[in-house]
Amino acid sequence: MKILTICGLGQGTSLLLKMNVQEALQSLGIEADVDNSDVSSASVENADLILAGEYHIDSLKHLDTPVIAITDFMDVEEIKNKLQKFFKGE
Amino acid sequence: MNYILNKSLVKTNVKVNDWIQAVRIAGDLLIKNDLAEARFVDAMINIVKEKGPYIVISKNLAIPHARPEDGAKKIGISVVTLEKPVKFGHKQNDPVKVIIALTSIDEKSHIELISHLARVLSNKQNFEKLKTANNENEIVKILGKEV
Repeated sequence: MKILTICGLGQGTSLLLKMNVQEALQSLGIEADVDNSDVSSASVENADLILAGEYHIDSLKHLDTPVIAITDFMDVEEIKNKLQKFFKGE
Repeated sequence: MNYILNKSLVKTNVKVNDWIQAVRIAGDLLIKNDLAEARFVDAMINIVKEKGPYIVISKNLAIPHARPEDGAKKIGISVVTLEKPVKFGHKQNDPVKVIIALTSIDEKSHIELISHLARVLSNKQNFEKLKTANNENEIVKILGKEV
């Protein structure tokens, strides 16, 4: 499983999100590789799942990869809940 | 850790009229401390103008940054807290009270710093303390170096 976090430049806020996604995955007991990237490179990364802020959701819609919108990158609970829903297939 | 946060990189309870001024003050701290060139600050502002206020990644928190090639010199952060919060135009996370400007010199070397930030900022009590800090030393204590 490869998860991608996305932001405008692919090295600041997407990296912050990546850290908290890893934290959330660990507490859910889910194993996955998490990488970060910018919007324009998202299509070539072949991810199974993308997490991004609301502002980048529209730019990611054309991809086949499922996208989860995260409002608060520092809220590990929000990330956990949304990941849990995704993995349950809701 | 390969960065240093000291008092000279922090300003608390600053008065500003808008988000651009707030980012500029955080940027000036980076310039004064030789973490970035002046053009880095313009780049941080232009990125928000071009790509939107996505840098407001959490309630009351903005992380302005630019590319290494935009004039970053060393890895680091500067921290500005505002007397009165300002709007960046983010639907959910406005208004912004804390600004943490970030410099990076390549894709990898700031990972440790970011990981430290994520750990500190995802703790709600820490962030509350940051928001209400009355002086620079309190901020350094919360966000500064730890083993």
